[in-house]
Amino acid sequence: MNAIPETPLLSVRDLRVHFSLPGKGLFGKPRTLKAVDGVDFDLFPGETLGIVGESGCGKSTLGRAILQLIPPTAGQVVWLGKDIVGTRDRDLQPLRRDLQIIFQDPLASLNPRMTIGEIIAEPLVTHKADLGKAEIRNRVKTMMARVGLLPQMINRYPHEFSGGQCQRIGIARAMILEPKLIVCDEPVSALDVSIQAQIVNLLQDLQRDFGLSMLFISHDLSVVRHICQRILVLYLGNVMELADRDTIYAAPKHPYTKALISAVPIPDPELERSKERIVLKGDLPSPINPPSGCVFRTRCPFAKEKCATDIPMIETLGPSHQVACHFHGRM
Amino acid sequence: MFNKSRNATALEKSGPVEEFEGRSLWHDARIRLFRNKAAVGSMIILAIIALMAIFAPMLSPFEYDEIDWGYIQEGPNWENGHIFGTDGNGRDLFIRILYGARVSLAVGLLATAVSLVIGVTYGAIAGYFGGRIDNIMMRFVDVMYSLPFMFFVIMLMVVFGRNIFLIFVALGAVEWLTMARIVRGQTLSIRRREFIEAAHATGVSSFKIIFRHVIPNVLGPVIVYMTLTIPQVILTESFLSFLGLGVQEPLTSWGVLISEGAKVIEASTWMLVYPAIFLALTLFCFNFIGDGLRDALDPKDR
Repeated sequence: MNAIPETPLLSVRDLRVHFSLPGKGLFGKPRTLKAVDGVDFDLFPGETLGIVGESGCGKSTLGRAILQLIPPTAGQVVWLGKDIVGTRDRDLQPLRRDLQIIFQDPLASLNPRMTIGEIIAEPLVTHKADLGKAEIRNRVKTMMARVGLLPQMINRYPHEFSGGQCQRIGIARAMILEPKLIVCDEPVSALDVSIQAQIVNLLQDLQRDFGLSMLFISHDLSVVRHICQRILVLYLGNVMELADRDTIYAAPKHPYTKALISAVPIPDPELERSKERIVLKGDLPSPINPPSGCVFRTRCPFAKEKCATDIPMIETLGPSHQVACHFHGRM
Repeated sequence: MFNKSRNATALEKSGPVEEFEGRSLWHDARIRLFRNKAAVGSMIILAIIALMAIFAPMLSPFEYDEIDWGYIQEGPNWENGHIFGTDGNGRDLFIRILYGARVSLAVGLLATAVSLVIGVTYGAIAGYFGGRIDNIMMRFVDVMYSLPFMFFVIMLMVVFGRNIFLIFVALGAVEWLTMARIVRGQTLSIRRREFIEAAHATGVSSFKIIFRHVIPNVLGPVIVYMTLTIPQVILTESFLSFLGLGVQEPLTSWGVLISEGAKVIEASTWMLVYPAIFLALTLFCFNFIGDGLRDALDPKDR
């Protein structure tokens, strides 16, 4: 990915998603869970941006907030130059055809009472009902063949397919309107490794052919490295680091990113044994009561006093490298 | 490894182009249901009773309100044609049971249908939208629940007079409450599923999501509950008739016949026994079918 400044397809500005929870006990104060707490990034046409982080760091919430499936509490989601936060459902309708999502659990994302033909056709029926039944069926079959399903299977039901095939059905449904952006919410983490490779390659194929942009949410850094041009590291709803793939793997600046990357196994036993492994202690702090200052300080091996008092600002290091750490240069 | 061109050639070579027929979950359930002997037997018996009720006038030489002055409150007798005997007014019991079946079955089916339509729609809407809408809608159901049923029926009778349609309305109005609760509970668990989110992300409207995605997936427990509601409604109608709030003479229902028979149980047992057999048989059959459906629709629960 070169750094030619284009107009971004999607700009996320200071996006926050807070959930209010009832207080403890009968008269407890209502609490807020800050799932996503101020995320900024741009996504350019044809680009794949990886969003990584451990479980519960707000990756999926971020993806759903961008699609307005969960209403954001504050911030902007600028889609093709227009802020879509707070738009009514009816006005979002025309935008939905360009924004699609692929889910983690392939079988759960398909209605068990519908044939896969009906499932894949649903976006067409919703947005282009004037095509007529025969044409819709035709397009569904073409798309099925495109994602590697036998078109004769059109009348079968989801439970008659394997996990990998179900994920292909999910991809076909997302692709049938030829959207501009697909949010992939851990699309391969429920699949077997060999099937993962097939699905990832299929996604890359489709991306090249249709000029798609993708937000690839995952906790699997090897997959992310394979498919993404840029990577955003999320921790407790906050951006830790955002950089090009090669930069982030070669020279991670944030201690959290370093720890994540050191956890990726290397397929060479000698190298694997000799590599330096940064092991984080403890668990992810509760997003209901996040640490003061830098949210990562409770588990950071390099934390100093300043980290507890000052919230680190996002600093720009290079043309496309941003990091949020007070001491990124001095570790 | 996956490869586009090789995939395309593989597709071409893959033999027949005709579409395979899928086997839906409904189809599977039907097969499992028909393997259940008790359920199939019950369906046959019910069908016979229903057919007898429909073609009642052809099965007996007597009219249901015709008085045979020669045989008043006589026991079963094959020679004079009163195979189940006659009642206190000399009317043939067999034909009266069949006419009673018409009323009882019609009440059962219609009141259940009413409760089904209202309950499913109401429950699905409350469960899908959730939050405040759910709260208001379900509190209304709670209020209706707390209303004493007999009081409700007597009030309707006072206001609108005695009328068979009133029984449908009264029963339907009470039965849908439970249905709404069941459907709401099921909807709550289904609306968090990812296929609902996928439909939402595609821009399908809420009402289409409810009717296309939610309701077909809650229908399993609903059908089971429905087969259990029918006998319940028949029983309730019998109960109302027993108290004298049901259908009016000379029209009859199983409840009325049992009530009349109970009064003369010592002198003419047949007046109680025959209608009771029909009622019990029907209730058994509906319960067996409900049981079979539950096993068929949710094989994990066995």
